[in-house]
Amino acid sequence: MPQLRLTGRGLWITVLIAPPLAFVALFIVYPIVAAFAYAFYDWQGLMRGDFVGLANFHQVLFVEPYASWTRNAFTHNIIVFFALMVLQNGVGFILAYALWRELPGARFHRVAVFLPVVLSTIIVGYLWKLFLHPLFGVVNQSLKAVGLPFLAQPWLGQDTTALWALIFANAWHMVGFPTLVFLAGMQRIPGEILDAVRMETESEWVKITKIVWPLVAPSATVVFVLLFVGAFNWFELPYIMAGLDGSPYGSTDVLGLYFYRTAFGNVSAGQQNFGLGSALAVLIFVFIAAVASVITVRLRAREIQI
Amino acid sequence: MSKTIIRMGAALGAVLITMPALSQELTFWSWRQEDRAQYEEFIGAFEAANPGITVNLETFEAANYNTILSTALAGGTGPDLMMVRAYGGLENVASAGYLMPLDTQKVPALADFAPTALAAETMRSDETIYAVPFASQTQLVIYNKTVFDDLGLEEPQTWDELVALSQAIQEAGIMPFANGTATAWQNETIVGGLTSSIIGKDFYEALKAGEADFSDPRYVEALTKLKEISAFFPEGFIGLDYPSAQQLFGSGLAAMFVGGSYELATFKTMNPEIEMGVFAAPGLAAEDEKLVALYYDGGYAANANTQHPEAALAFLNYVASLEFGQAFANTLNNVSTVPGVTFDDPLLQEISELNASSIPYMMLVDFRYGEPSGSVLLQGEVQKLMAGQTTPEAAGAAVTEGLKAWYEPFQD
Repeated sequence: MPQLRLTGRGLWITVLIAPPLAFVALFIVYPIVAAFAYAFYDWQGLMRGDFVGLANFHQVLFVEPYASWTRNAFTHNIIVFFALMVLQNGVGFILAYALWRELPGARFHRVAVFLPVVLSTIIVGYLWKLFLHPLFGVVNQSLKAVGLPFLAQPWLGQDTTALWALIFANAWHMVGFPTLVFLAGMQRIPGEILDAVRMETESEWVKITKIVWPLVAPSATVVFVLLFVGAFNWFELPYIMAGLDGSPYGSTDVLGLYFYRTAFGNVSAGQQNFGLGSALAVLIFVFIAAVASVITVRLRAREIQI
Repeated sequence: MSKTIIRMGAALGAVLITMPALSQELTFWSWRQEDRAQYEEFIGAFEAANPGITVNLETFEAANYNTILSTALAGGTGPDLMMVRAYGGLENVASAGYLMPLDTQKVPALADFAPTALAAETMRSDETIYAVPFASQTQLVIYNKTVFDDLGLEEPQTWDELVALSQAIQEAGIMPFANGTATAWQNETIVGGLTSSIIGKDFYEALKAGEADFSDPRYVEALTKLKEISAFFPEGFIGLDYPSAQQLFGSGLAAMFVGGSYELATFKTMNPEIEMGVFAAPGLAAEDEKLVALYYDGGYAANANTQHPEAALAFLNYVASLEFGQAFANTLNNVSTVPGVTFDDPLLQEISELNASSIPYMMLVDFRYGEPSGSVLLQGEVQKLMAGQTTPEAAGAAVTEGLKAWYEPFQD
């Protein structure tokens, strides 16, 4: 039976592994476990009360008004995920393809597409708030200038446009990221394969669907999973552009804002409930972890080794 | 300016160095980052009068202050002295037992404070005061005096006069109101600032007595008039956020701003040239009492577990004193709650007089003790009303219905 003796090599391994393990345990495992534990207690303000089992989970899922708030926020996260899948990852793929084909000005565009990704979300949020300003915003001004004044809208004030304005701003900000990942994937496709295709067909469509798309599957896995996690943890942009309440009247509310409001209160609610907040956090975490694992396994299965 | 700060810093440093070894050091947390220099001065005056006590001020961003304070108190690292919110926000902290209970023995000056001011810092369950209230805020109409004078307009005495003068301002090519409703809490502010006189004292008393709810004709009438007057708000105002609205008024592009008395200082900073006036929005008839909506902002509290309870109490007694109240009013341009304070600034003097005829900012004062809060409900319903998605009747009914979840008088 092998024994880990605390001399020589064994000692070295122990000494080197212990600090990072302690670090991970203290700063990652402990907070997560603590948040899990919080969710099972009743809270009076900040004071931990009795153990209440699953009551907090029951309340956020099935008791009004929490149940409809949860549903509302969750629905918006789903909309955000699918919309960004098209507007961010879909457009990213097309941009990557265009850059890869080295259309004129590709070098300039490669920088231009990636530039917004470097900006912090705070800046992007404020920038788009200015762009969408109902009176002086560049969006409404341009629409009026080109003779389409009826299209000028109070974008962030209507339930029909507010969420889409945020989604659009997010896509503008982050589209460079999937572009870059897809581009890297495309550049790894061996030249021989492309030469072989060229003998068969001149059609770009066939080339994209039969060769490029299957061969960038590993890139797709990465951007899909990251988008999923990002879409369900979405917080900064709605917080900056719509505020904690998901203004107007909850039409931009997402799970991140809802969790924050519930756990820490906001200026207009005055109520703080760590128990319900933690229950929401646990539910969000479990949902993301479960679905992200399934997506990862599924998408991995379709990747082809070259 | 910076020289005074350096001098003050030097003075503070000198005080710190010469401090006896037994000195009592207190930490004091505040969310008023913009008032830091003034608070350092107040603290300097306190320290001069109380040798041996040092107060270290730390300021935090207002929006996250509640979270930071709650977390610190829960973790046992909270400050000795702190600014706390009022009403429901106070109860979050007080109910966990983190605050030192106060009474007129510990802080004798509290005996003369207005009962409504003390109520703001009292927890309902044990009827105990936990903080010395510092300022009242008033929701009313702020106007640009220069624009009014140029157009020959006077403060309106009836609602129809308000509509007529808005019309006149619009015809002169100036935006009548600066307000936008994209920022949720602004929706409540315009209800308090524009419609308090229409809502009326009777309604508030009936509401408190459990005889009326928000589907009452008086409240619905107020929402109806609010919707009508919003025709004079800026184009696309439902997408206009709070800072943009402030800029419209501060820059003189708009003639009126419905908001809290705290805006006056902001506008002065934005545009030192601006000449402002205030009025309580009128009721439907000239003989209706003109009301503003009044509330208290917050208070100064001590930590129940402080190492230096006497020193902390000495500080609370200082902030309850007329000397402090007067300095607070003069340097911070806020309506101090300390009784007997007079105001250099004529506008503040006028506001403190307008406060005599007021109803409370009721969603804050009475309806923030459960989920969903009256504030969140009213904000959402007013936003819908402004976007044409609901009617005043339906909005009033929806607020009542939502509050039924926890507000017992509505539950039968």
